[in-house]
Amino acid sequence: MSAVIKPGGAAAREQAIRALLAEVADPEIPVLSIVDLGIVRHVRFEADGRLHVGITPTYSGCPATEVIRTAVRTALDAAGLADAVLEEVLSPPWTSEWLTSAAHAKLEACGIAPPQEPVSSPRRLWNAPLVPCPRCGSRTTERVSEFGSTPCKAHYRCSACREPFDYFKCL
Amino acid sequence: MSARSRTPSERDPAQQAAHFRYVLRLADTSLVLGQRLGEWVGHAPALEEDLGLANFALDLIGQARLLLTYAGELEGRGRDEDALAFLRDAPDFANLTLAEQPNGDFGHTIVRQWLIDAWQLEIYAGLLRSADSRLGAIAAKALKETRYHHRFSSGWLIRLGDGTAESHERVQAGLDSLWRFTAELFAADEVDERMQAAGIAPALMELAPRWSARIDEDLQAATLQRPPGQPYPWHGRRGVHTEHLGHMLAEMQHLQRTYPGVRW
Repeated sequence: MSAVIKPGGAAAREQAIRALLAEVADPEIPVLSIVDLGIVRHVRFEADGRLHVGITPTYSGCPATEVIRTAVRTALDAAGLADAVLEEVLSPPWTSEWLTSAAHAKLEACGIAPPQEPVSSPRRLWNAPLVPCPRCGSRTTERVSEFGSTPCKAHYRCSACREPFDYFKCL
Repeated sequence: MSARSRTPSERDPAQQAAHFRYVLRLADTSLVLGQRLGEWVGHAPALEEDLGLANFALDLIGQARLLLTYAGELEGRGRDEDALAFLRDAPDFANLTLAEQPNGDFGHTIVRQWLIDAWQLEIYAGLLRSADSRLGAIAAKALKETRYHHRFSSGWLIRLGDGTAESHERVQAGLDSLWRFTAELFAADEVDERMQAAGIAPALMELAPRWSARIDEDLQAATLQRPPGQPYPWHGRRGVHTEHLGHMLAEMQHLQRTYPGVRW
């Protein structure tokens, strides 16, 4: 999957490792990498001479967290960095604002509406945000369920093209 | 995993024991409530509610894992999250008695959830300023999740309370039967007092009126009656439980107890 990270300056190696991590897909939304998701907090060689990679969980109970750890470990092993230290970083907590702008575009392209600024209106049930349809762009959509197939998504339905779609929620 | 916070309790065994106990209580309340919600999977009144309750169960068990892992480190006897979750008996669990109460009907579950959501909102918000930075980080994460748990539970409380005659009656009955367990929510004991003095835990006395005001606000919108105060403080946090916890643990721990160390 990847070449062994070549010896060189720490900065260059760290950059190569970031590029490597940008290939590790999120198991639940595989169009996104863990870098797109904004959950890679640090990549650095520390005084102990080992690579330290900090990853933050999205939701406390997200089942993907374990799968992601394994995928990162596998990618680092393949790059000759078997002694890398994986660290769980909790603070500051992840929010959907950590998604990169590339992530927003990738979500939309695969039919998942990216997080929207909540628009609260008394006419919308339980302050459901107004989410444009990722397929036809119509703003006449309705929330079917605040909770969906993964902790980070809600179910919506478009009243114009009649298609159901997932919405990546703001957290 | 992350850098361990150094707090004064690491130097004093009595303080260390209280610190462990404090974190364990938070962990067990989340774990037990999460397990109860898991019992709804496949049984909720509608698919959307089934997904909602399962999502909350996942959040709560996730919070419990972070807290149990930390509790195990504070205890220093080598117990990890799994050992603490699966290999303790009921008297060693330190959850709020309210959390272990059976699901009952959907309205009953909503009342239990809403009472604990409102409690966790105050506790986690208070812990943001904790002298224990690791606990503060876990609380900051949990608080974001608790906000939408409360939005869901209070939303349903209002819908059911201000709904039909039957839904009103059922949710009021749930409230009347669960209210007696709320005396435990803010009853401080020596563990809380030690943690408050060390700046690790928020002062329960200051949180109680805020919880109470939130409860009254939701009850009013739901047209429900607040039951009279019931002074008997239950002692789930001290390991004295109702008969329901043992039955719940028998199911939750069955696999690990029958096949010790089993792995997928």
